[in-house]
Amino acid sequence: MAAPIPSVRKKQEVVPRVDEAAPRLLRIHEVEKTFRNGLAALSDIDLSIGKGEFVSILGPSGCGKSTLLRLIAGLGEPTAGAIEWTGDEGVVSLEHPSLGFVFQEPTLMPWRTVASNVHWPLGLRGLSQRDAAPRVNEALGMVGLENFATAYPRELSGGMKMRVSIARALVVKPKVLLMDEPFAALDEITRTRLNDDLLRLWKQEGWTVIFVTHSVYESVYLSSRVVVMSPRPGRVHSDIAIDAPYPRDENFRTSAAYNEYCREVSGALHGAMAATGDL
Amino acid sequence: MARKSLRKSLQLPASLPLSLRVAFPLAIGVGFLLLWQWAVGYFDVASVILPPPAAIGHALFADRATLFQSLLTTLGITIEALFLAFVAGALGAILFARSRLAEVGLFPYAVILQVTPSISLAPLIVIWVGLDHIDRALLILATIVAFFPILSNTTLGLRSVDPNLRDLFQINKASSWQRLVQLELPSALPYLLGGLRISGGLALIGAVVAEYVAGSGTDMGLGWRVIEAANRLNIAGMFAALALLSGLGLLIFAALSVLQHFLLRRWHESALGDFR
Repeated sequence: MAAPIPSVRKKQEVVPRVDEAAPRLLRIHEVEKTFRNGLAALSDIDLSIGKGEFVSILGPSGCGKSTLLRLIAGLGEPTAGAIEWTGDEGVVSLEHPSLGFVFQEPTLMPWRTVASNVHWPLGLRGLSQRDAAPRVNEALGMVGLENFATAYPRELSGGMKMRVSIARALVVKPKVLLMDEPFAALDEITRTRLNDDLLRLWKQEGWTVIFVTHSVYESVYLSSRVVVMSPRPGRVHSDIAIDAPYPRDENFRTSAAYNEYCREVSGALHGAMAATGDL
Repeated sequence: MARKSLRKSLQLPASLPLSLRVAFPLAIGVGFLLLWQWAVGYFDVASVILPPPAAIGHALFADRATLFQSLLTTLGITIEALFLAFVAGALGAILFARSRLAEVGLFPYAVILQVTPSISLAPLIVIWVGLDHIDRALLILATIVAFFPILSNTTLGLRSVDPNLRDLFQINKASSWQRLVQLELPSALPYLLGGLRISGGLALIGAVVAEYVAGSGTDMGLGWRVIEAANRLNIAGMFAALALLSGLGLLIFAALSVLQHFLLRRWHESALGDFR
């Protein structure tokens, strides 16, 4: 499917074709982003993400990792380059598949109950509250909030609000889950628990997750792959595979392999910052 | 707990026990009336200058039928004007939120309408609608007076949508209509209700003052009762009409506060109190 492309510099026409690398889901091809005020946020980003991967994008603040995630979600157009998705039959498209997006803040609608917030994306797609009830309940069950369906967001703790936000993302049964520092505002205990919940759901649902974070430890614990970015303009500095088996738990967190990966990723992050004179 | 937050919506102070907060202002009011009654007799004040409260009470009771009819007339104009101001203000705000161009082009004129003492338009509007439709002139004037707070508050509310929620609507491919109904209007609701509460008082002022300036239609409102009583030097009757106007103002304010409370109590900070 050849989607119409706005006339931007260097942007390539996507012709209908079948991607040879079958399990590939997403190809970010020579993407640049310069904001209207002239600030270069991203430069020369080349990245391939396979189906079912858990990829963390790690970098200091200002490295453009959130900008990259927004471009992947279709919020804004790259100044140059293309973001291509590979569909089920291997057909390349610029249209993203069904995706869930989780922000750093829970971003709930305060005038809706928990169940109504989770039902909302299904409602947009024309599914009534009654018809969607089993799926809403299932999603709430997956994040352990089945008893809070009728509560309003301000009656919940920060961690519970975040769970509602995740339930809302997963109720549409997305192929891809995009997360922008989703647990950064939470306390350590809550974050650890939500990390484990996320890993369990990722395996269970077969998602591809792209997870933006500034925590080395979180990225190593969760990911099958960590992409380290350097700032001004944002570039991919290094791409590190975390070859530890899943399921991961407290044993992994205290293992020598975990420490070794943390050292490696941390070193890459320092390298990324030193390269631009931030250290 | 619900009563506590209702009290907050009515803007009553919360630190004193409820009985005292009702009894104390009531006692002050009764004391003031007694002092007034006594002073009028003691200093022998002419009742065309200041009638005693008992005479005002008597006037209220004696003229109750005509006064009540006038009360209904003024209340009717006020409610109609508030409704028209609500519709026009909300639609104008939606237009402004949708089109920056419309806002840039039209907002200055909304401000001009607001800063021009609208009552000075009364003779013109009376000429336009015709002398046999004074009630329409009153309605138009009261609407103009009440319009602006709803427009400006709702415009502000529509602009203060959480940008992340806006992005989420875009990611989920919501239509422009879905965004308006499910995101922008609920976000603007607390602002709109705040504007409505200000406009409720203004609509009453508009309805009364327009009657001072434009005269009255076939149904006389409370404004006209005040003028009429003054012309006849029936000062007790004038105070009776004024007392009813105060009561009407309070009623409108309380009704809009209760509306605000029940629409927002489950989710908005302004009506909070139940879960803290």
